[in-house]
Amino acid sequence: MGELRYEAPDTIEAAVKLLARANGAARVLAGGTDVIVQMETDLIEPELLVDIKKIPQLREITAERGAYRVGAAVSCMELIEHEGFCRAWPGVIDGVKLIGSIQVKGRATMAGNLCNASPAADSVPALIAAGAQVTIAGPNGVRQAPVEAIPVSPGKTSLAKGEIVTSFLFPARPPRSGDAYLRFTPRTEMDIAVVGAGVNLTLDAGGTCTSARVALGAVAPTVLLVKEAAEALIGTRVGEAALDKLAKAASAACRPIDDKRGTKEYRIKVAGVLAGRAARQALERARQS
Amino acid sequence: MAAKIQVSTTVNGEQRRFQCEPQQTLLDVLRDELALTGTKEGCATGDCGACSVMLDGRLVDACLVLAAEVQGKKVETIEGMAQGEELHPLQRTFLEHNGSQCGICTPGMLMAARALLERNPDPSETEVRYWLAGNLCRCTGYDKIIRSVLAAAKEMRGA
Repeated sequence: MGELRYEAPDTIEAAVKLLARANGAARVLAGGTDVIVQMETDLIEPELLVDIKKIPQLREITAERGAYRVGAAVSCMELIEHEGFCRAWPGVIDGVKLIGSIQVKGRATMAGNLCNASPAADSVPALIAAGAQVTIAGPNGVRQAPVEAIPVSPGKTSLAKGEIVTSFLFPARPPRSGDAYLRFTPRTEMDIAVVGAGVNLTLDAGGTCTSARVALGAVAPTVLLVKEAAEALIGTRVGEAALDKLAKAASAACRPIDDKRGTKEYRIKVAGVLAGRAARQALERARQS
Repeated sequence: MAAKIQVSTTVNGEQRRFQCEPQQTLLDVLRDELALTGTKEGCATGDCGACSVMLDGRLVDACLVLAAEVQGKKVETIEGMAQGEELHPLQRTFLEHNGSQCGICTPGMLMAARALLERNPDPSETEVRYWLAGNLCRCTGYDKIIRSVLAAAKEMRGA
């Protein structure tokens, strides 16, 4: 292995330049809760680590006319402590709160959770359900992409060499909107999702669902955005029949693996149940908002 | 061989300088360079919490922080918890309630528990259990640790 180099630039441009010019394997270091473990266990042997935490814009949470922009180096604990964001996106916070221990959340970032590209990443279904976009800086400039466009398979992203996620943009929230994320694990803390389900919906003044997004984690090689499940809710008052249809659509979308955490059949069944529960919670929050 | 990285940081209120390799963690440097062996290595992969320290006021696992990252930051370890001979109330209640047996998890437990009580002086038992979920103990069965933390919280509130 070559010598490892550590760089901590203070601008996005410098970070991009370092990553684009790297000869060997290069990694972004945000919270380090995946990268440092992967180095420690010899899964990766990077020659360059670019620490993005010294770039001021990447540490910010800003409200932009009802929308929120969250920098890629904002830790989970910083986000959990942000009252405005927690009020606007409780479902995203449900997911963020489940990422590891307090110690891990003190370091880990949503951008790292996304770019680690685990199908079981806890913040990702909620981010996709929220309709969050990522801003990406690269050698050819800045581009935007929906969160669901980033993971392509376990451990792989669609980011090109030299590209880094710099922030998440959460759209302004219409009134009567709510979101929720639920995870099923054998124990309540410090575990990896058997299934995760994120639901985000908006109601009109009469209580009819006007828009919805449903995303499932740990049931396919990437987190899934399930249009059919969302369509089961849109135009309804989110009653039993709609929730039943949502559960069936969620189960039908699953392409899971068998592993020690659960069988295919079990994951398919649980995905429907969990999507239904997340939808009920999102509905409750939309009614209260 | 590449030049070592020069790092200047504050550890338990004292200015410290050290040299490190890029892949060395804060845990490696605390124990091997700065002779602060109170911080323990359990898993080295962020699962057990034995190396819990404060970094700029945030509870973190020192095994998941690169030493180079602490340039200009404030690190607090278990060595800074007692004031001279005077134990922190948590250290005392851990002794009184047998919250420590083999002792490997204890520094991490104490650092994590102190971070909790600084945020929430009156946590419920459930809140203590969830907050300490990232600190593993193979001896006590946790109950004595939880009782130690609740006793310290009560004492510190002056109740």
